[in-house]
Amino acid sequence: MSILVGAETRVVVQGLGSAGQFHARQCREYGTKIVAGVKPGAGGTSWEGVPVFDTVRDARAATGADCALIFVPAPFAADAIGESAFAGIPLVVTITEGIPTLDMVRAKSILKETGTRMIGPNCPGIITPGAAKIGIMPGYIHKPGKIGVISRSGTLTYEAVWQLSARGLGQSTCIGIGGDPVQGMNFVACLELFAKDDATVGVVMIGEIGGSAEEEAAAWIRAHLKKPVVSFIAGATAPAGKRMGHAGAIIAGGSGKAEDKKRALRDAGVRVVDSPADLGSAMAEMVR
Amino acid sequence: MNIHEYQAKGLFREAGIPVPRGIVCRSVDDVGRAYHELGSAVAVVKAQIHAGGRGKAGGVRLAKSRDEAVAHAKALLGSTLVTHQTGPEGRRVGLLLVEEGLKIAKECYAAIAIDRRRGGPTLIAASEGGVEIESLPQEKLLKEPIAVPDGLFPFQARAVAYGLGLKGDSARAGADLLTALARLFLAKDCSIAEINPLVLLEDGRVLALDAKINFDENALFRHPRIDQLRDPAEEDPAEARAAKFNLSYVSLDGNIGCMVNGAGLAMGTMDIIQHHGGAPANFLDVGGGASVERVTEAFQIICDDENVRAILVNIFGGIVKCDLIAEGILGAVKATKLKVPLVVRLEGTNVERGRALLRDSGLPIQTAADMTDAAKKAVEAAR
Repeated sequence: MSILVGAETRVVVQGLGSAGQFHARQCREYGTKIVAGVKPGAGGTSWEGVPVFDTVRDARAATGADCALIFVPAPFAADAIGESAFAGIPLVVTITEGIPTLDMVRAKSILKETGTRMIGPNCPGIITPGAAKIGIMPGYIHKPGKIGVISRSGTLTYEAVWQLSARGLGQSTCIGIGGDPVQGMNFVACLELFAKDDATVGVVMIGEIGGSAEEEAAAWIRAHLKKPVVSFIAGATAPAGKRMGHAGAIIAGGSGKAEDKKRALRDAGVRVVDSPADLGSAMAEMVR
Repeated sequence: MNIHEYQAKGLFREAGIPVPRGIVCRSVDDVGRAYHELGSAVAVVKAQIHAGGRGKAGGVRLAKSRDEAVAHAKALLGSTLVTHQTGPEGRRVGLLLVEEGLKIAKECYAAIAIDRRRGGPTLIAASEGGVEIESLPQEKLLKEPIAVPDGLFPFQARAVAYGLGLKGDSARAGADLLTALARLFLAKDCSIAEINPLVLLEDGRVLALDAKINFDENALFRHPRIDQLRDPAEEDPAEARAAKFNLSYVSLDGNIGCMVNGAGLAMGTMDIIQHHGGAPANFLDVGGGASVERVTEAFQIICDDENVRAILVNIFGGIVKCDLIAEGILGAVKATKLKVPLVVRLEGTNVERGRALLRDSGLPIQTAADMTDAAKKAVEAAR
């Protein structure tokens, strides 16, 4: 009925600063099981009734946490990712923005070694509407439903979700994979899971300029995916060589252009819309 | 973050990567003295700007005498150089690098960049240099993944050196150079380190004739010395001003100013404006927590762009509440004495209260029902 997270998911929060606390509270109000917090030096205390531990290993041993939600500041975030991975947490959601790329390269090699899945960094997180919100997205715009959403962008995802909810389609699970050049799960990894999920009848995929993740997704869709996909690629009007906010959103050396991505996706049978306002209506037509 | 060629060569030298002898010059007199000091019959006068394509644009000139070097300096210093990377407005040349001329036997290419597909840095090299690397077919590129934090392994460095056609002592020198480049890339948190061309000299030496380094902005906190290499003259003043307020701003050629929260939605807003026949004047991401101060500053930056004929605000208030954003917009409109039409599209938490605030303000603000409506209204207003 969803992928990666559900009502049973038990979350440990790393990084209980003001932003971490605010969002952890929002997640809990949504119904997410926040079972532990980790703050080195504060082990044995509690935060709003949630036990706080010195290490993720302690938190996992005591609470059975199976998902880490990371708000740790950028200079220390890669360390937090590694800590969760080595503690045996199977799914890590990293919200932190601005992590140095080479730190992420190191963190990624740890994730590979431990077989840990990661969403992010620099992303809104993941939500299975009505069951679990593990991230910073506004919960109320989501409705339980049958469309999977994967996106490199935050607010543009909310836009798509809003349109899907307004059309009564709802969402099975929404994943913000983030806009950084080195990241955890990519489009293909998410598509593989949506392909196997019976509750998901269609997928909205929101890409942006830079890199080749959309082209790789197009190749995978063409070969494996039977479900309809609607896509928008942000940045068709962005000039080459200028970074558009996200560290990964740059057209460099003739690659990463929106038009190339759109073409690859269209060739794979994906319905590509040129206006982000058309995502919801296009999906409604596809799954009617 | 970009730095100048001469600065990159300074870092190369420290890292043990051979570069030509050269002297940085700020004046015509400096160039005359530099020519003598270098003592080579031929010298190269190179304009220092943060953009590629200098050679084709006349920014790199050979001098066979002191007089010639001085003449080049007079022509270049203070001039505006337009290359395919600077845009039509070009860049003002304030610094020159004067280097010894060298007898080149062969030009190659080497660069290290982050390969997103692999999720790590990769060395890319080609035995044809001095050209646009993008124009080379994939099969001509030599690629080696770089382990972090180990760097390039000796077998990888050797393989690339041989692949470039280097032999004997030159191959060893080439391998050492590439190893040092990888070490520098990892030690200084580069995002790109490029040598184009990497040259084999007639005497067998291998060196970096050009040097380009880009740094990961997110890692500058641990490289204070690198951060000081920043050249404010090379930065777009509006973009630098925006950066001070944590706003991500890029100026563009159109006439519809945009203020959006989130990079993806900001790009999407630019796209939808164009989709409806308009042209965005900028990319501007006010970030998730669009505070009154940031919204006001963002407005000020947009209003200072003389090309702006209309402004489109597109905010999806998720965590940030729409009524707070509306208050920010109203405050900013009053503070900036806005003179162009303003279209606002708000969606999300407390949207009704936000829209009511805008409607009841008595200010000339058009509200829009959705993104399409907003884009159409803004395009119409800018006509």
